[in-house]
Amino acid sequence: MSDLDGFRQEIRDWLEANCPAEMREPARDEADICWGGRNFKFKNPAQKAWLEACVAKGYTVPDWPEAYGGAGMSPAQAKIWREECARIGARPPLSSFGIWMLGPALLKFGTEEQKVHYLGEIARGEIRWCQGYSEPGSGSDLVSLQTFGEDRGDHWVVNGQKIWTSYADKADWIFCLVRTDKANTYQGISFLLFDMATPGVTTKPIKLISGNSPFCETFFDDVKVPKHQIVGQLNRGWDVAKYLLGHEREMISGAGGGDRMNAIGAVVARNGLDDPILRAELAMFDVDALAYAAMGEKFLDEAKVGKAHPAQPNMMKYVGTELNKRRHELLMAAGGSTALEWDSERTNGGTPARSWLRTKANSIEGGTSEVMLNVVAKRILELPGA
Amino acid sequence: MPLYYTEDQAMLADTVTGFMADAGGIKQQLRHFRDMDCKDGFGHALWKQFAEMGLTGMLAEEADGGLAMGHVEAGIVLKEIGRNLTPSPFLTTSVMGITALSGGSDDLRGRWLPGVIAGDSVLAIAIDESPKHRPERIAARAEKAGNGFRLSGSKAFVVQGASADAIIVAARTSGSDSDDDGITLFAVPKDASGISHENLRLVDSAMASNITFDNVELDGDCVIGDVDGGRALLNKVLNAGRIGAAAELTGVGQGAFDITTAYLKTRKQFGKLIGEFQALQHRAAHLYSELEIATAAVIKAQQLLDGGSEKAELMVSVAKAKAARTCNLAVREGVQMHGGVGMTDEYDIGLYMKRDRSLSEFMGDQYYHAERVARLNGY
Repeated sequence: MSDLDGFRQEIRDWLEANCPAEMREPARDEADICWGGRNFKFKNPAQKAWLEACVAKGYTVPDWPEAYGGAGMSPAQAKIWREECARIGARPPLSSFGIWMLGPALLKFGTEEQKVHYLGEIARGEIRWCQGYSEPGSGSDLVSLQTFGEDRGDHWVVNGQKIWTSYADKADWIFCLVRTDKANTYQGISFLLFDMATPGVTTKPIKLISGNSPFCETFFDDVKVPKHQIVGQLNRGWDVAKYLLGHEREMISGAGGGDRMNAIGAVVARNGLDDPILRAELAMFDVDALAYAAMGEKFLDEAKVGKAHPAQPNMMKYVGTELNKRRHELLMAAGGSTALEWDSERTNGGTPARSWLRTKANSIEGGTSEVMLNVVAKRILELPGA
Repeated sequence: MPLYYTEDQAMLADTVTGFMADAGGIKQQLRHFRDMDCKDGFGHALWKQFAEMGLTGMLAEEADGGLAMGHVEAGIVLKEIGRNLTPSPFLTTSVMGITALSGGSDDLRGRWLPGVIAGDSVLAIAIDESPKHRPERIAARAEKAGNGFRLSGSKAFVVQGASADAIIVAARTSGSDSDDDGITLFAVPKDASGISHENLRLVDSAMASNITFDNVELDGDCVIGDVDGGRALLNKVLNAGRIGAAAELTGVGQGAFDITTAYLKTRKQFGKLIGEFQALQHRAAHLYSELEIATAAVIKAQQLLDGGSEKAELMVSVAKAKAARTCNLAVREGVQMHGGVGMTDEYDIGLYMKRDRSLSEFMGDQYYHAERVARLNGY
């Protein structure tokens, strides 16, 4: 225990010396987050300094091995890192689908060469990744995907269309599910990595009800992908995809911490709270949010030592996203007419309303709530015919 | 500290799970004592077995003959009590009673703890005075009289109060009914004169007493801790009772859930197992999720209490509210998914529904604790 206490002090001192004051408050919206990548423009010097300080120590991915750009922390140490960051309100130095989704999949399925190369780039925030999963005809029924990679000896030629590709217009590379065998469904898909700058790749942002365009349509027109850019075996990409989906669902669940876990009643009450029924709803919400925060902590603790049920991220995703939708319904109700403002300065360009609308995607993206419940019924409860 | 059981705690859970399923099962305990109309509402032989297992004194200090364990360990026992609906004085005696007595003098602990730890005595807790849990208001009064006190007033919902060897009473020794200060805890022996019981059977077959104290003479040795300064100790007892009831509720909810999912896997309609219907699958999966979360909240609160954290107070109320809401969902869904047989006394699911109702009320229901969460969060 004393070793961990010493470690905690070390982290605390390091954070005190290296985390700029501006980085000790939550990002205001998705545009205020450091996503990294070739084209990323830092919002301010503090954001840049915070990233660089963390990259130098491997703290962008604290529990990845040092050889792949991490800090090699044990589960107990990584928990202390999270707790100490939370204590001072330090925001993550780098957020990316590389860290949350591709990284864990590469750690499990990648070759040594792939790990050193791609994980290092992710850890340093050099390459921003996007995810090519859904297609217009393949949403919840993902395995029916049609994007096809034709074998041309040392490379594939990929044709097809993806949809809901988050930030495809800003990403440098894509991890993509591609059919490489039309005769098999589950065992005819491969997991390919390629550069979004490859000739034949085009993206088109989709305007959402929030007025923002975080998602894109992505088109592949004779895109050449070298054979060494496959993760796992040929036609066994579904295994990688499923494993990665677990991490995606964990990410969307908010289990890793952040504002998804917080109680909101006290914040709302600062602006006055004179409606007893709203107050009661906020109190009930806070009970659920604080209980869910404990679940998030328990889930991460168990996942790190292999005690969590492998299908548990589906439960987390279901609960976390439904809770987040409820959170924003309450915040809108509490905000009254101010929260309705769409582009005013005092709402930072309609943040309450746009965030509220954004949350409606939470229980759809990465697997709908209904699909999550199906998976829990089948894999955890082992109900018949599920 | 990770939010799962240590190796020692996991071993304890294994032992207790087996013990409670064997000795504390519904047929041999709850149904047996209910059907014989037992006035205690629990079996003394099983309480003796609790002692032989070392469970009665889990929370007592080693110097007092206990095991000096914490709320996580007590919660392991309570969860299994809940799962088996075992009638037992464990929560009031070994969790709340010992927490109260631990704030008392050597003499007082020496008078009551050996009997409790041996499984020979039982303690009851008398705090509430109205049908709803409102411990902020204590009107029962103990006036100074000679070297001791004279206690008058009434207490409600004293579980197993008529069977207890001593009743731990929160009374007012100064100030007005809603003051924080001026509370004193007493260990009142059952044979003190002036005590009358209205011993009632509750919906879950437990016995509870509405007690009237009419000028009950108590000597000074009955005082637990400080005169007038008992609020802090009372809060400790309340926290212990609330988190204990929350742990038991997760066991009740889990038990109801388990027999319900088992039923979904055996009952056939329309030529199919009813568990094949998505309408029921989704409800079962939702319930599973809620039970996992309630369990996490309970363990978190137990760890915070055991660690002496200032955040424990808030998390205890979160846990009690969440456990109560979740267990209630589990028993309601359980009866509905059982269909007609869920309404029969022959099936156990209805017993779970009854137990949930009692336990939810005990030491504050979900509304009381959600209100408390709001207040502790400053709104």
